[in-house]
Amino acid sequence: MMSRAIKARSSAERRVLDEAGGLRAMTWVMAIMLFLTMLAAALGLATAGAARLLDRQLVGRLTVQVVDGDPVRRDAVAARVLAALRAMPAVATATPVDRAELTRLLQPWLGSDGADPQLPVPAMIDVDLADHDGAAAARVAATVRRLSPIVRVDRHESWMSPVNDVMRSLTFLALALVLLMASATAAVVVLAARAGLQTHHATIAVMHMLGSTDLQVARLFQRRIALDATIGGVGGGVTALLVIAFIGIRLHGLGSELLGGVTLGGVDWVVLALLPVAFVVLATLAARVTIVRALRHIL
Amino acid sequence: MAKRRYGHWHGHQAGESGRNHVMANIVQFENVGLRYGTGPDAGPETLADLSFTLRSGAFYFLTGASGAGKTSLLKLLYLAQRPTRGVIRLFGEDAVVLSRDRLPGFRRRIGVVFQDFRLVPHLSTWDNIALPLRVAGMPEVDIEQPVREMLAWVGLGDRADARPATLSGGEQQRVAIARAVIARPEILVADEPTGNVDPDMAERLLHLFESLNKLGTTVVVATHDFHLLGRIPGAQMMRLDRGRLLDPTGSLRYPPTRPE
Ligand SMILES: Nc1ncnc2c1ncn2[C@@H]1O[C@H](COP(=O)(O)OP(=O)(O)OP(=O)(O)O)[C@@H](O)[C@H]1O
Ligand SMILES: [Mg+2]
Repeated sequence: MMSRAIKARSSAERRVLDEAGGLRAMTWVMAIMLFLTMLAAALGLATAGAARLLDRQLVGRLTVQVVDGDPVRRDAVAARVLAALRAMPAVATATPVDRAELTRLLQPWLGSDGADPQLPVPAMIDVDLADHDGAAAARVAATVRRLSPIVRVDRHESWMSPVNDVMRSLTFLALALVLLMASATAAVVVLAARAGLQTHHATIAVMHMLGSTDLQVARLFQRRIALDATIGGVGGGVTALLVIAFIGIRLHGLGSELLGGVTLGGVDWVVLALLPVAFVVLATLAARVTIVRALRHIL
Repeated sequence: MAKRRYGHWHGHQAGESGRNHVMANIVQFENVGLRYGTGPDAGPETLADLSFTLRSGAFYFLTGASGAGKTSLLKLLYLAQRPTRGVIRLFGEDAVVLSRDRLPGFRRRIGVVFQDFRLVPHLSTWDNIALPLRVAGMPEVDIEQPVREMLAWVGLGDRADARPATLSGGEQQRVAIARAVIARPEILVADEPTGNVDPDMAERLLHLFESLNKLGTTVVVATHDFHLLGRIPGAQMMRLDRGRLLDPTGSLRYPPTRPE
């Protein structure tokens, strides 16, 4: 009984401004805006995640090479470096790269000559640091270099930094897109609200004469726009989530180490799912502010 | 009869007459003038030198030729228009300088029958009539009975679900009247409320105003219909002529006589 009465009231309040029901332009605009925004947001979250992952993996990794034409001296120095590395508290693991493995890697370039033990292939040691921070890596690299002039240290971070830069640029681009889309949506809502005021100015005047406050009038518009935004938001949002999930699966299918980091974590999905809610709130607020400000000029 | 019809009004009666007693003059105009437009667009003064008071609980007719300014005067009264000069006191307060956020509170105390009805086109007869109660925040369960009573009174019980566009002019006018009186306003302002109805219905509607008036509402009816003027015992008459009041209300009766 009570709920029926409330329903009757809210449907009556909706109809005060009603023209045609069903899907309206606003719904479509919301759906499209939200779809695009969520794709951009997914891109931003994924690239930010990938950049973080790369950082974490690379900052803590070094490759030490011992380069010398004399295999005996090379191996002696390599053994010394390995021992020194293993003695350092900052080093978690130091693993010599298996020569057979190295040979196999060189095979495509050198053919069967790659197996020649006389070939001046460097001895290599992969180092994982206990702490993944840049300063520790630099310290370890400096210490190792001092051991012998034939030791070279490669910090993975420096070779991967262009990739990281790209990832970060994409993140900022995505963030900018999200902000632009949000502003455009707010602008559309403002225009729609102004058009609504124009269309319904006679009804608004009557509502005022019956003693409606500006907030009561604004609520009539807000309710419509919130409804349109919700319908559009759910449509656009669900479509976007499906597309994002599909692209994610395809990326994983590539099996690429580099692109493997481009995934969305649990928090990222929550952020994406909250975007439609944020858009509905944004649209409702934009409508409310526009209406209340416009009404102030009417007696 | 009125009491039976307006069961929901009955309970408020004592409070109303108590308030009316305190506020003898519910409306007061002093040298009020109104000019539409500003600057180069400003026209001649539509209303000039209006000075009169309306006693709380009294019944007034406002007459005058077409274009004399009746609607303009009523607009000042129901706060749809601010005067260009003069002082208007409403419910004992200065209505000219009233801040915007206090207008809704004042307007809820005034019921208006607009000359052009101004029904909300997308709402049914029922919802149009219920509108003032909903605007005032009355709980939905309390709305049903008064709306049903009003519908019966204006003879539209069977048109509750009709949209205004599907109603005849007279039916729309009755909806407008029902909407104006349903919240039991302290002042009822009716602009040509019987212009579109037959004489029987006109008399019935006038009786509705009279019932409301007996419950304490101050009633102001603008009309051309001279038949109506004699129907309300004790009613007073204001005559407008080209924006000026011919006989500021004293104890005017129909047929009009000069005061004192
Ligand atoms: N919004 C407005 N802007 C400019 N002039 C107006 C406006 N409203 C009314 N007028 C002018 O003011 C004068 C009085 O009009 P008003 O509507 O008050 O007359 P009225 O007595 O109600 O006439 P009627 O009996 O035909 O309803 C008219 O000359 C009209 O043209
Ligand atoms: Mg008029």
